[in-house]
Amino acid sequence: MRTILTETVHTFRKLFAIICGFLKKIWRIIKHTLRRLKSRVPRFWGIHARPGFRLNLILAILPFALLIIVYLSASGYRLAQNPDDKLLPSISKMVNAVNKYAFTPDDKTGTYIMLDDTLASLSRIGIGIILSAVTGLVIGLNIGIYRGFRSLSLTFVNFIAIIPPLAILPILFISFGTGELGKIMLIFIGTFPMITRDVYLTVKKIPEEMITKSLTLGASQLEIPWRIIFPQVLPKLIDSIRLSLGAAWVYLIASEAIASQNGLGYRIFLVRRYLAMDVIIPYVVWITLIGFLVDLSLIYLVRGAFRWYSRE
Amino acid sequence: MKEKSLQKKNILHLSSIRKVYGENVVLEDIDLSVAANEFCTMVGPSGHGKSTLLRLIIGQELPTAGEIFVEQRKAMFANPDRGVVYQQYSLFPHLTVLDNIVLGIKLRYGFSYWRSRKQEYLKKVRYYLKKVHLEKHERKFPHELSGGMRQRVAILQALIISPKILLMDEPFGALDPGTREDMQLYLLELWKETKMTIIFITHDLEEAVFLGTRLLTVSQFYSDDRKDLDPLKKGSRIVTDLDLTKYMKQDISATDVKYSKVFRELIKQIRLEGFSPDYLQHVKKFNLEHKDSFQTL
Ligand SMILES: Nc1ncnc2c1ncn2[C@@H]1O[C@H](COP(=O)(O)OP(=O)(O)O)[C@@H](O)[C@H]1O
Ligand SMILES: [Mg+2]
Repeated sequence: MRTILTETVHTFRKLFAIICGFLKKIWRIIKHTLRRLKSRVPRFWGIHARPGFRLNLILAILPFALLIIVYLSASGYRLAQNPDDKLLPSISKMVNAVNKYAFTPDDKTGTYIMLDDTLASLSRIGIGIILSAVTGLVIGLNIGIYRGFRSLSLTFVNFIAIIPPLAILPILFISFGTGELGKIMLIFIGTFPMITRDVYLTVKKIPEEMITKSLTLGASQLEIPWRIIFPQVLPKLIDSIRLSLGAAWVYLIASEAIASQNGLGYRIFLVRRYLAMDVIIPYVVWITLIGFLVDLSLIYLVRGAFRWYSRE
Repeated sequence: MKEKSLQKKNILHLSSIRKVYGENVVLEDIDLSVAANEFCTMVGPSGHGKSTLLRLIIGQELPTAGEIFVEQRKAMFANPDRGVVYQQYSLFPHLTVLDNIVLGIKLRYGFSYWRSRKQEYLKKVRYYLKKVHLEKHERKFPHELSGGMRQRVAILQALIISPKILLMDEPFGALDPGTREDMQLYLLELWKETKMTIIFITHDLEEAVFLGTRLLTVSQFYSDDRKDLDPLKKGSRIVTDLDLTKYMKQDISATDVKYSKVFRELIKQIRLEGFSPDYLQHVKKFNLEHKDSFQTL
């Protein structure tokens, strides 16, 4: 009896010691891993995080993948309830629509509708933005350099900048017609004041010393704007164009929606009548893609052509 | 009359220069005549108008009253007669080292001249770049250079068109002591080689005494007959004008001179006369011992 008791106690003690040792070991491993994690640069969490190239790529793709998954499941669910649902069309329906609009010649005109729309829209936004870039550059430089011209026009430009361009759209259509000119003018009026102000502020930031310096090196009154100021403003101008393009798209789509025979915005608002989401969604994705690619190429242009600017 | 003969003889002549910003009188009555090939250093308490005086001399601003002459001709806005090196902003951020240096040739003599003489000038510029250990950096932009490198480029940039006068506003102010000493020796070498006239502003008295042949102190700490006026309401004047060649007979490039007794004494004296708010000398008793010094009261 006694021996059994002592033996049991003994066994329990042994067991207890083993369990304790085991727990200690686990604890040590946890501590060790924690310490190791702490001594490493975090990859995702916190302000010290430095995701590597691969993780960076994965993280960048992740939200897109999530969006697609959410869309597919929602669309699948709705279509299962009602196969004629138009709100969230299936991928295959959208592929069909793209096929029809982008890769099949139109019955009436024999041209490709999406290509026509894209070219029409791009030429409008392109001409509009180039017009306002040139105007903004010229006026901005002059306001920045010549105090007299600044007194004359800075307040005026600031005033124009506040006019909501869409509010004067009717005026523009009445005075310039509902053709190309009216749309280009809307984009122009909507974007040039901001570009002008950006250029002006960049010029103003060039220190007085630099102007004096170029005079002491023999620059003439005309060489200073042309050789010293213009090259320093140019990359900033491209940055400013990038920012203005967002607004330019708004004005483009709005004017095309109201009065047009072609264009990406026109098409979207046309097919809206038939609730043709299978056309609208690809068109929106296409517009976004164009905008994204234009933005990206402008970024690379600035980086490549103005090495001094991006790292200054 | 002394002033007239000085004006005829000297390369730079300032006559009764006064500068007022609103209520703030910065420069009261600056009379200064500088001979060719002089290395003028200018010291003074911070905020007492050294940079303002420099801006007036190069023509970045115009004086409220008084006239400035460069080789007897009245000087107005900035032109290639007067070159400048600032503490910052001397280099153009959008140009490489090489383009920054040759910019003066293009602007001064025209682009067609530059194209016809390009090889010749490039050779010359590369020779100088090598001399200041910048030959490997000619394609870099200013933001890729250290402070000392930038100032070396800025000096070459200003000198390439051989201005009559070179003005420098604390050009080595932002450099560490080692680099600073190198730059001082390099500047002295250039000065001897080119025989140009330099006006060099610094807040470092040692630097001023070491580099210059003539030392000027610009300060508001003086007294005149307007007793009721707060000393800081008065504009600065030149309160000392020393001929440093009288004190420094030693070889000029020996940095050891900085530790000599004469050197120490001189710095002490300048500190007292120019930098001490409690020691106000009367305008008529300024220490203006330099032979080109004059003062119209
Ligand atoms: N553009 C200006 N407008 C008004 N006051 C100025 C201007 N520039 C300089 N000052 C004033 O002139 C005085 C002298 O300045 P500054 O010449 O820079 O002195 P320092 O170079 O000796 O330190 C200061 O009180 C400064 O506030
Ligand atoms: Mg200063």
